[in-house]
Amino acid sequence: MTNDTKTPKGISRRGLLKTGAAATGAFVGSGLITGFPTIWAQNPITLRQFGTGVSNINAIAEKCKADLGITLEMTATDSDAAAQRAVTQPDSYDIADIEYWILKKVFPAGVIQPMDIKKLKYYDKIVPLFKTGKLKPDSVIAQGTAPHTVGYVEAIGDKTFAKDETQFFTMVPTIYNADTLGIRPDLVGRDITSWADIMDPAFKGKTSILNIPSIGIMDAAMIMEAMGNIKYADKGNMTKEEIDATIDFLIKAKQDGQFRAFWKSFDESVNLMASGEVVIQSMWSPAVAAVRSKGIACKYQPLKEGYRSWGGGLGLAAHLEGAQLDAAYEYINWYTSGWVGGYLNRQGYYSAAMDTAKEFMTADEWGYWIEGKAATGDIMSPEGKIMEKAGAVRDGGSFEERMGKVACWNSVMDEDRYMVKRWNEFIAA
Amino acid sequence: MTAAFTEDETQIEAAGKPGLTTRIGRTAAHLASYLQAVPLALILGFFFLLPILMIAVVSFWDYDFAGLYPDFLTMNYTDTLGSWVTWKTYLNTLKYTAMVWGLTLLIGFWVAYFLAFHIRTTTMQMVLFLVCTVPFLTSNIIRMISWIPVLGRNGLVNTTLIEMGIIPQPIEWLLYSDFAVVLAMVHLNTLFMVTPIFNTLMRIDRSLIEAARDAGANGWQILWNVIIPLAKPGIAIGSIFVVTLVMADFSTVQVMSGGQSASVALMMKNQMSLLQYPAAAANAVVLLIVVLLMVAAILRVVDIRKEL
Repeated sequence: MTNDTKTPKGISRRGLLKTGAAATGAFVGSGLITGFPTIWAQNPITLRQFGTGVSNINAIAEKCKADLGITLEMTATDSDAAAQRAVTQPDSYDIADIEYWILKKVFPAGVIQPMDIKKLKYYDKIVPLFKTGKLKPDSVIAQGTAPHTVGYVEAIGDKTFAKDETQFFTMVPTIYNADTLGIRPDLVGRDITSWADIMDPAFKGKTSILNIPSIGIMDAAMIMEAMGNIKYADKGNMTKEEIDATIDFLIKAKQDGQFRAFWKSFDESVNLMASGEVVIQSMWSPAVAAVRSKGIACKYQPLKEGYRSWGGGLGLAAHLEGAQLDAAYEYINWYTSGWVGGYLNRQGYYSAAMDTAKEFMTADEWGYWIEGKAATGDIMSPEGKIMEKAGAVRDGGSFEERMGKVACWNSVMDEDRYMVKRWNEFIAA
Repeated sequence: MTAAFTEDETQIEAAGKPGLTTRIGRTAAHLASYLQAVPLALILGFFFLLPILMIAVVSFWDYDFAGLYPDFLTMNYTDTLGSWVTWKTYLNTLKYTAMVWGLTLLIGFWVAYFLAFHIRTTTMQMVLFLVCTVPFLTSNIIRMISWIPVLGRNGLVNTTLIEMGIIPQPIEWLLYSDFAVVLAMVHLNTLFMVTPIFNTLMRIDRSLIEAARDAGANGWQILWNVIIPLAKPGIAIGSIFVVTLVMADFSTVQVMSGGQSASVALMMKNQMSLLQYPAAAANAVVLLIVVLLMVAAILRVVDIRKEL
C-alpha cells in the first residue's frame, strides 16, 4: 500500500523539479528567492505557510522536506492576527492555514484562490462532513459556520460561497475536533451529562469558562440552551437580543460566584484543572491529555446536547501561479496522503482523509483513536510519550460518535463587534 | 535662538572687527550646548514623543478586523468614555492603586526606617538592602505566579491551616480575588518605595534628630515633625513609581484575579488582541492623561527638586 501511494508522488516530484528549475530564473528576477539560486540542489521551492492550526507542528515541515523536497516556512499566530494577515498581507504567504470561520471572514476579500478538485488526488477520501455537512447520511447539520457552507464556490473569482458541492473547493480540511467540558471525575462526585451541569450550585466557585469571546460565547450558548433558558435560531449567528440574554445570564452567574476563574491560554486551563481549583470547565482535548499526563484523573466528558466543534484547513493564496501553484497542490496532495493524517489522529485531532491516515497507524492506534475501542497496548503520542495505558478507552468513543454529535461549529457572527463589546462588559462586571 | 546665531555669523563674515575671537568662542559655546542636547533630544524624540504622537493620531482612526483607516473620528473616545465598563474599570484600577500605594508606603517606609536608623554599620545596611533586592533577581512574572501554589484551594496556606485544625474548609478568597491581586502587587512594588525613601532617610543630618530630642520631642514627634517632612521627596518618588506601575498593570490583574477583574491596561490588551488598535489607542491617551494628572498632583504636594 505504501509503495502504491509513493510511486506516483515520485514521478510528479521529478516533473515538479523540471518545471521548478525552468521557473527559477523568473523567481530570481521577481525577487521571490533570495540568496543563490541553487538550481541543482534538491530544493528549488519554498512555501510560506502561516496560521493557527497545523502551522504549529514542526514535524510536518520536516517530513514535507524529506518527502517532497519542499521547504515549508511556518508561522503560527492567534486567530485574530491570522484573519488580519490573510487580508492585509496577501503576498506574505503562499498557504493559509486557517479555521473555517476565519475563511468566512477573509474569503470575500479575494485573497484565497479556490482549488480545482480534479487536481486533488485524495478529494474522494475527504469525509462527507466537509462536503455536505453530514458525517453520515442521517446526521443533522450543525449550527454555526459549518465547513461545508464555506467550502465551495461556483466558479473561480466568485466572492460568495456555493450552496452545494461544486468543482471548486475553497480549502482542504486538515485538522478538526469536537470540544466539550472537561471534568475531574474524582471531584465532581456525580455523573455529568449536560452542558447545564456547569451551572449546578454544587459546583459554585469551582467552574471556569474560557475568556476568548468568539469561543466562550458558544460554550455559553450551549449552557443556556441546555438549561432551557433560550432556544437560539442559530447559536453561531445570534441576534442582538440573544447576545444580550446570554451575556446577562453570564454576568449574573459571575456575580453569584459560580466561576472560579476565566482562562485564556492552554496552560492556564491545565493548571486550573490539575490544581483542583476547578472541577468542571471548558477545555480543549490536548489540555485534558496534559492533565492526565500528570497522573491526575481528567475526563473529556461527552454531553447529551452534543459537541462544539472547530475545523481548519489549508487555502491557496491568490497570488500563487505556475510552479509554485503546482508545488502547493503537490504539498496538499502529500498532506492528505496519510502520514500527516496519522500524526494528527495520534495527537487526538482528526484528519479529513481518514482512509489514507489509517495506513499510517497501527491497528491498535486506529482502534483507540478512531473506533473507540479499548487500547490493547500503551498508546503513544507522536512524540513518543505514553498518553494512555493499555485498556483505556477514548472519552466520547469513536470518531463517528464524536463528530456525529456536533451541535455547533465555531463561527463568526454578523453582530461580532456588539458581541465582543458585551463580552468585555461581562469580564469587567 | 537660531536668528541670533545667524546674525552673529553674518557679523563675523561682514567684518574682521575687534573681539572676533570672543564672538567665535561664544558661538562655539552655543553650538556645543546644542550638540550636547542632540543625542537626548533624538532619543526622546524618536522613542518617546513620536510613538506617543502616533498613538494620539491613531486614536482618531477608523478600523475593522482587517485594517486601520486614516480618518478623524471621535468615535473611539465617545465609545470609551460613554461606556460604563470604562468607568467601572477605571474605578477598579484606582481602587487597586490606592490600596497598593497605601500598603507599599507603610511597608516601604517602615523597612527603610529600620535600615536607616536601627542598623548601625554601613556594611550591614548595604547587606540588608541587597537582601531586599534578592527577589528581583527573578522575573516579576515568576514572582507573581509563585503565589498561585501558595494561595490556591489546595495550596500551602490552606493545607497548613486545615491540617492544624484552624479552619474546617479551604479559604476561597485567597486566590483569584482582589486580595490576591493586591498582595501580588504589593510584593512586586514595595522595593520601589523602599529605595528612594531609604535614600532620603540616609541624607538626614543626625544632628537634627539630636536637636529635636534635646528640645524635648518624643519619638513620635521626631518621626512626624522631623523625619517624615525630610523624607517627602523619597516618598514622592516612590509614589510615582508605584502609582504609574499599578495603573499600567495588566498581567498581575489577569493572573491573580483569574481573569475575573478588569484593569485599564487589561482592557487595552483585550482590544489589541482583537486588533481594535484605535480603540486601544484612545484608551491609552485617556490613561496617559489620568496618570499625568496623578503625577502632577504628587509633584504639587512635594517639590522633589527643591527638597532633594
